[in-house]
Parts: sequence; C-alpha cells; structure tokens
Amino acid sequence: MAAAEALPAEERVGQVVLPGDVLLLPAHPEADGERLWLGPGAALPGRLLCGPGLRSCGAGLLVTKCGLLRHRQPGGAGGGSGGAYWVDSQQKRYVPVKGDHVIGIVTIKAGDIFKLDVGGSEQASLSYLAFEGATKRNRPNVQVGDLIYGQFIVANKDMEPEMVCIDSSGRANGMGVIGHEGLLFKVSLGLIRKLLAPNCEIIQELGQLYPFEIVFGMNGRIWVKAKTIQQTLIVANILEACEHMTAEQRTQALAKLSER
Amino acid sequence: MKETPLSNCERRFLLRAIEERKRLDGRQSYDYRNVRISFGADYGCCIVELGRTRVLGQVSCELVSPKLNRATEGILFFNLELSPMAAPAFEPGRQSDLLVKLNRLLERCLRNSKCIDTESLCVVAGVKVWQIRVDLHLLNHDGNIIDAASIAAIVALCHFRRPDVSVQGEEVTLYTPEERDPVPLSIHHMPICVSFAFFQQGTYLLVDPSEREERVMDGLLVIAMNKHREICTIQSSGGIMLLKDQVLRCSKITGVKVAEITELIQKALENDQKVRKEGGKFGFAESIPNQKISAFKMERAPVDTNDVEEQAEEIITKADPPSDVFAKPILRMPGTAQIGEGIENSWGDLEESEREEEEEGNSDDATTPEGQKMETEEINVVSKTKKDDDTIVLSDSEEEEVVILEPEEREKKTRTHTSTKQENSSSKKAFNKKRKKKRATH
Repeated sequence: MAAAEALPAEERVGQVVLPGDVLLLPAHPEADGERLWLGPGAALPGRLLCGPGLRSCGAGLLVTKCGLLRHRQPGGAGGGSGGAYWVDSQQKRYVPVKGDHVIGIVTIKAGDIFKLDVGGSEQASLSYLAFEGATKRNRPNVQVGDLIYGQFIVANKDMEPEMVCIDSSGRANGMGVIGHEGLLFKVSLGLIRKLLAPNCEIIQELGQLYPFEIVFGMNGRIWVKAKTIQQTLIVANILEACEHMTAEQRTQALAKLSER
Repeated sequence: MKETPLSNCERRFLLRAIEERKRLDGRQSYDYRNVRISFGADYGCCIVELGRTRVLGQVSCELVSPKLNRATEGILFFNLELSPMAAPAFEPGRQSDLLVKLNRLLERCLRNSKCIDTESLCVVAGVKVWQIRVDLHLLNHDGNIIDAASIAAIVALCHFRRPDVSVQGEEVTLYTPEERDPVPLSIHHMPICVSFAFFQQGTYLLVDPSEREERVMDGLLVIAMNKHREICTIQSSGGIMLLKDQVLRCSKITGVKVAEITELIQKALENDQKVRKEGGKFGFAESIPNQKISAFKMERAPVDTNDVEEQAEEIITKADPPSDVFAKPILRMPGTAQIGEGIENSWGDLEESEREEEEEGNSDDATTPEGQKMETEEINVVSKTKKDDDTIVLSDSEEEEVVILEPEEREKKTRTHTSTKQENSSSKKAFNKKRKKKRATH
C-alpha cells in the first residue's frame, strides 16, 4: 500500500478524509516549535486547536476518524495561525467527553453517589451534593430509573466518568432531574450536533407545530414532552426521521401535519 | 455488555400510550410490521425482515445413518443463535434463558407439527437417511424474534433443494446438481408463529410487539398456526391469567395474520423461482436497495482527483495546476493563454493568476513529482483522444479562434510520459467502472 500523500490542511477543508491521512500545517515562526492544544476551550492566538478525529503527529495532523474536515478561523488577531481543525464524523456509540451535557439513567443509588448509564463503556458517577441547593440534610429526590441531565467534569479513558448537575457558579442552569412524563429516545450523534447548531431550522419548524419541551443529550438521547401523547409521538418520530430526510421532505411532512 | 436500563419515564409513557391505543411507530393494536423476504444465491438461504428485526436462515443437508429407533425417518435439526450484532446485551457463547426458550419453541413448532415429511428423507432404510439442518441467526433485535425466526425457518425449508438420489436394488446413486436438478423437500404445511403481548394484567393486547413494548409487557402468548387454521403450538409465558375468550380472540387474529403471511411467502418463493428460471440476477446483492445517506452528502465528491474520465477543466480547477513540464503558457492574444494542448481555457481573463500558480507549481515539482506526473499524464490522455478527431473542438470555449500547438512539442510529450500512461491504463479502467457505477446511482 502506498503511503497517503500529505496535503496541506487548508486544501482538504470540506473534503472527505480517511483515517491515516496526514494533513500538513503551515510552519509557524515560533521559537518553541509547533504546539497543539488538545481539548475544548478557545485556542490562544498562534496556537492551533486539534479537535475530535485528529491527532498531532510529526509534521502536522493525523486523521483518526473518517468524515469531513472542518476549519474555524480564530476570532480576533490571528491571521493564518491559530484557529481549529476537526473532523465531522457520524457514529451512534457515545464516548464520554469532558464538558458534554448528557442525559443519564440512574441505575444504582448507593449512599453518597448515584451511578448513571450514559451509553458509554462505563457508568458515570454523580454525587448527591452536585445538585443545586443540595446539602447533607437536604438530599435531592432521585430514584432508580430517573432521567438526569448533567455534564461531565471528568471523562477520560483512564478513569470512570464523573458528572455534576451544577455549573461552575453553583447554579443548575437547566440541569438536574428531568420530569416524570415525556418520552426518551435515541438518535445518532451527528443528528444531535445538527439539532444543537444555532438557528436549527428543524427545531424552529417543529416549534411552530405544537409547543413542547425538549432536552438534547450529546450521547444521542433526546427527551420530549408535549401536551398529549399523540403530539409527543409525532415530534419524536419526526426527529428520528430527520436523519434521512431532506429539507423538502421535512417541510412536506410538517405541512401535512399542521393541516390536521 | 450490559443492557441499557429502561427508565421510569419511558415505562410510564409506553403504558399510558398503550392505554390510549397508541404505539410508538404509529401502528394499530393488531397491525404487523412490514415483512420482507429476500433470498440468497444458494438454495435454502434467506433473510426475513420484520420491521427492523432481521433473521438469516440457512438450510443444509447431509447423508447420515438414522437413529436406531427411527430407522426409516430422516433427521431434522434446528438451531437459533443470538448474534452479538443483534443487541449489545447478547454475548457469544452464553446460553441465556431467552435463547433456550426460543429454541424450544421453534423445535416444538416445526418438529412436532410434522410439517416436513421425514419419511421422504429416507434413502436406504436403516443405513442412510438425509439429515436436514436449519440454522437461524438473529442479525438485528427489534422485538418479536420468534415470529421472524419461524418465518425464516419455513421459508428456508421451502426454498431448499436437496441433491437427487436414485435407488436401484442395492445400488444408490447420488447425483450432483449438474447431473440432475436438485429436488425440493416435501413439506406438508407451513406453521407460522404469531406473538401477542399483554399489558395491565391482560387488559390490553398488542400483536407483534417491538423491543420497547416487550420490555414493559406483562406476559406473552405465542400461537403457531398454519393456513388451514390448525394450531401447531401454543405457549403462554409471563405468568398472566388469560381468559378463555381472550385466547379464542387471539387465535382468530392469528388465523387472519397467518393467511396473509403465507400468501406473502408463496409470492416471494414464486418470484424467486421465476427469476432463477429466466436467468435473471438473484441473490442478496440484488435485493438490497441502493441507499444514500442524506446527511453529510456533498454534491460532488472529489475524493479521487486522479480520475481520468473527468473533464479536464475540473481537474484543473480542483487539483494543483499542472507544472509546465512541456510549455510555458502561450499567450495567444491579450487576455487568453493556453497551457498544453486541446484543453479548454475556462479562465478567460485570469492570465495573471495563471502565471503565479504556474510558478508555485514549478517550485512544488521537486516535492510532489508523482502528483504532477499523474496530472500531466491525464491531460495527455485526454489530449490524445481529442487528437484522434484531428480538429480539436472546444465546445464551451469563449475563444473565437482555435489554437493548436506545434507538432514537435506534442511528440516530445508523448515520449516522456508513455511509461506512466501504460501503468495507469489498467487503473483507468477501474476508475471508469467506478465512475460509471457512481453516475448510475446518482
């Protein structure tokens, strides 16, 4: 097998890349050489952010997932250097990532901590004090089988993932136990990211149909609640079908529903 | 792997929805999911899809000595396997309760009902009989495995052909499929299982439960029936108390469903028979539809820029500009220049940017000689085909005058690049085929 050609990263943006491809980065006039920050958070100007699906190697970036290569220019002074590269790929199996907001199902309630199933290889642990307004006397009302919306504070391949239901300032910010009604279903991770993009048309169009509450978990789980069971089922079915429908098909389906 | 637990929220929602006679996928209480039957290239191989539940069935036969107490009967062997690809909860090599239960139900349904004439499987009494083996694999679990498995088993048995055997006195001749056509098995009737799920202590009833509905059900009733309305097997699990009229109602529903499914099976078998006889294409590859993923789909996918069949202008616009191995751009008139021969210049007034890219192309020559060679080779091939017409026709050209380069330069080019061209002629054919296939599906 011939080795893959190394092409400059800028040229492959928007194209399909396969695992094993090497992307060359423009040489930086930096004293300490090329340094890549791996992980979320804004890149400092002059530093390149290496996003999911990419790994740094020697001359540049090594692709580890197949998908489309994307690039984001850094805001402010940066020019050619800085910014972020990542690979948009599609999968259904979730791998916990620090900072992700996910929906977990409580499986074990053991004294001080709850164990949640988040769809990954390990169950995540959640302390009972990690809720807004929780103290040793005032415990949150969580039962086995409840749904919890929280974020990861620890998520790497060496340790069991840990979740919390408060943000850094101690407020819930929408996290916590999700209500008792409603329907939970699973979709692929790519669809979730599409739905969570700012100004997503799908959600806006659905919102014009009926009022509903919706929670998206980055682990592919969606919780929906509308006024009646029928409406909830309709919203759930449309979201599941959005994966494979084009925009016109979707508008047609929604138009048919709004007539009724 | 552990199964994903069912949350209280889902359970409550499902039960409430069932009370309102609503199912998750929009079916009615007595509706079956779509049954799809496809056959493989071999006789006796089929895949049955019940909604998203998929079962693969394969029948095979072997000549063995019969059982001692049944010297004149053939041997039937059924086996259902739950593959780990069906659900993350299934582990290979572990005999779970579900597996045992399904296997026993399948055996009772197919063996005890005597749907296959085992006497006809006897070749020489007491010495040689046929052993028919039915292997079923669950490929995807979305509820109601037993129905899909029973349909797959009976379809595979009906589809199967065993080698022909003739007995003359003491001589037994086994014919290969080439000598004599294989013979179908003798099947009396087709028993098919229908499952009923009960909720709220038997108040609500659903036919063909999906995986989520199976998780919240109280009990399951399976009735195996054939189209003559004979009950072959009936089994109730889950410990629910069923009333007599409930069971009668279920058996009536089963009669209707089995009639429909049997008709579907007959039609599928006939279609397959017809296709094979007419010499058409059959097998799994033909029955899988060409599906496209609509997310992340681009209009054109320039993954392989070394495709010779693409228009030359696409190569120029998308790939690196060709280095001038053969010539500098020849400026014909202000505003128009030509690189190489026979290539349409779709850039019009962009001669300055052309020159800059040329220089870059030259500097990169050392680092990526392969890439450049490929491109020049393509352009050569393209030009070669155009050369055959003798007059170069530039259809989309904005130029009024057609300009052709001097002949010496042309010969020089072909000589230097013939080696690479020959290497790539075979790969060109492969690319052509791929491109044609891609074009066909678009």
